[in-house]
Amino acid sequence: MPRTRLEPQFAIEYLSILDSDGNLDSALEPELSGDDLKRLYRAMVLGRRLDERMLRLQRQGRIGTFAPIKGQEASQIGSVFALRTTDWMVPSFRETAAMLWRGWPIEKMLLFFAGYLEGGQPGPEQRDLPITIPVATQLPHAVGLAYAAQYKGRDEVVMVYCGDGATSEGDFHEALNFAGVWHVPVVFLIQNNQWAISVPLKKQTHSRTIAQKALAYGFPGIQVDGNDVLAVYCASLEAVNRARGGDGPTLIECVTYRLGVHTTADDPTKYRSDEEVKAWERKDPLTRLSAYLEKRNLLEQGLEEQVDAEIARAVKAFEETAAANPLGMFDHAYAELPPHLRDQRAELEERLRQAAPRRADEEQPTPPPASPPMRGQRRTSRWQN
Amino acid sequence: MAKLNMVKALNLALLQEMERDPDVLVIGEDVGVDGGVFRVTEDLHRRFGNNRVMDSPLAEAGIIGASVGMALYGLKPICEIQFSGFAFQCFHQIENHTARYRQRSQGRFHCQMVMRMPYGGGVRALEHHSESEEQFYAHIPGLKMVIPSGPRNARALLVSAIRDPDPVVFFEAKALYHAAKEDVPDEPEALPIGQAHVDREGKDLTVVTYGAMLRVCREAAELLHDEDGVEAELIDLLTISPLDRQTVVASVKKTGRAVIVHEAPRSFGPGAEIAASIMEGAFLSLEAPIRRVTAYDVPFVGFAREKATVPDAGRVVAAARETLAF
Repeated sequence: MPRTRLEPQFAIEYLSILDSDGNLDSALEPELSGDDLKRLYRAMVLGRRLDERMLRLQRQGRIGTFAPIKGQEASQIGSVFALRTTDWMVPSFRETAAMLWRGWPIEKMLLFFAGYLEGGQPGPEQRDLPITIPVATQLPHAVGLAYAAQYKGRDEVVMVYCGDGATSEGDFHEALNFAGVWHVPVVFLIQNNQWAISVPLKKQTHSRTIAQKALAYGFPGIQVDGNDVLAVYCASLEAVNRARGGDGPTLIECVTYRLGVHTTADDPTKYRSDEEVKAWERKDPLTRLSAYLEKRNLLEQGLEEQVDAEIARAVKAFEETAAANPLGMFDHAYAELPPHLRDQRAELEERLRQAAPRRADEEQPTPPPASPPMRGQRRTSRWQN
Repeated sequence: MAKLNMVKALNLALLQEMERDPDVLVIGEDVGVDGGVFRVTEDLHRRFGNNRVMDSPLAEAGIIGASVGMALYGLKPICEIQFSGFAFQCFHQIENHTARYRQRSQGRFHCQMVMRMPYGGGVRALEHHSESEEQFYAHIPGLKMVIPSGPRNARALLVSAIRDPDPVVFFEAKALYHAAKEDVPDEPEALPIGQAHVDREGKDLTVVTYGAMLRVCREAAELLHDEDGVEAELIDLLTISPLDRQTVVASVKKTGRAVIVHEAPRSFGPGAEIAASIMEGAFLSLEAPIRRVTAYDVPFVGFAREKATVPDAGRVVAAARETLAF
């Protein structure tokens, strides 16, 4: 009955390819064409510029609260770039750049944050789930999707996103455990942006890394420089290939930073220092990629203007969207409206009809016929008053 | 036609639906080799294998959450939650996603899935194994909530639940699992969800109930007939949500009196919604206040005291007599 060392020897790798100044570790450089690099950069710029535009729209009251992505563009674009359109992408609520890459129109994103559920409707062929707000609850869905794809014998991969705060939720651990046991093709992409609203990572977990949590569930985890789009892409491609090849799940921890507010309802000056933010601004994912592209002569002139024009067109289309028809609330509650909902719908329809401005020549509604009074019934009604 | 108890009848529904549709899967704790702790999934694992009859890790949110993902893909998972008392560990998945996915995705996705849960008392079980929590699910828009009362309707309603494009919470009364056998046709049979059944016709009083309380109310109706010459009409709701208000209201319009019986605690329970529906639909016909016979509003009392809180025929008869004497 000895006390022995068990077989597993755990180690976690950290991957970084492009440093803050745009210097490349060429031994680790992924195979990407100049066009690919330009597309990556454009997608990151689009994410950043839209974020800034949305902040202004929110301050003007044209959209509601949303969760800005500033600083996390590389984590999002580097990862989603490794997916095929036939793969599945499952976002939380801070994946605007990745969602745009996956084909969500900008106006739909704006609609969502303007309170229209229509903004959560993926296109008919799109293999994307809508934004999910309750933290970590989307993670088991990704595992189920991956199981279903495997069950159907298709070589699809599911990539699911969450933040560092989500790793404290039960659903995170249940999802990882199910994924490990079922050995399904799913990639958990954790954007560790250091802060869950006001709570820093050290109060969220006592683990040295988030990546190592995967090891407890029997599959690999890797930590990457989340502000280095090339490192994120490399790790993601490796994980996606592993999943597609039948070798099960992977967890990728992108070490990044939320440069802005948690949501537009948040004031981060209350809980973190300017120095900390400034230190991370020096590691901005956009500046390092643009420095690298400049060295390779791949930087497009007028890119910001192009992207801004695209955003402006989308904002215009969004603002021209007809006001939501209140009756739409009944359209997707059930496949078929049950009787009590048919009644409630009719009630709302009648209220809307009565509230609509009447033409002068239109007849006034006739009061309903009086029913015989019952015992103790008041004999007045609002029709007679 | 075979004489089956509720366990065997439910098993038959699962078996035939799995044979009919390869997208139907069973997932839950101990549902595989063991056939479920109540044996409802018995032998399915042998017939359909690991991939379709899945012993999941012991985690309710994982079971429902992963099933949501499968359903979004187009599979039709049937989840077993071992006891309804443990479903609070997946309640967030049910409320946040199962019930809402059709709305959240504006029709792009929906969750065709059944969440089976044994509920209710009467089996001398410990805390968290004997509660009745149907009101929580009945209150959630986007869900359907079904509670059969015997082997034949259990089989037919489970078939409908599996085929229903919307998510269904399906409660099975533990007290009924082995209580009685009924003739169950060999051929697949389905009963429409949302339709109550008039179990016994009568003109003097309406008794509205469901699930394990049906047999209690049958006994009460028999006593009222024998001892008082009263003809009680007995309505077995079968579906809690969407509630078949029409059948209930039509009955009370005829009888003028109503007693509602359920095993769940009284306040804000299904009885309140049923009573309000009667008030809205049959107010002018009412001859007496509507009575509710339910468990008391206390946390589960332990099976040593269970009989004092779960309705029995005596309490139903007493309530009926008060209503009739009003």
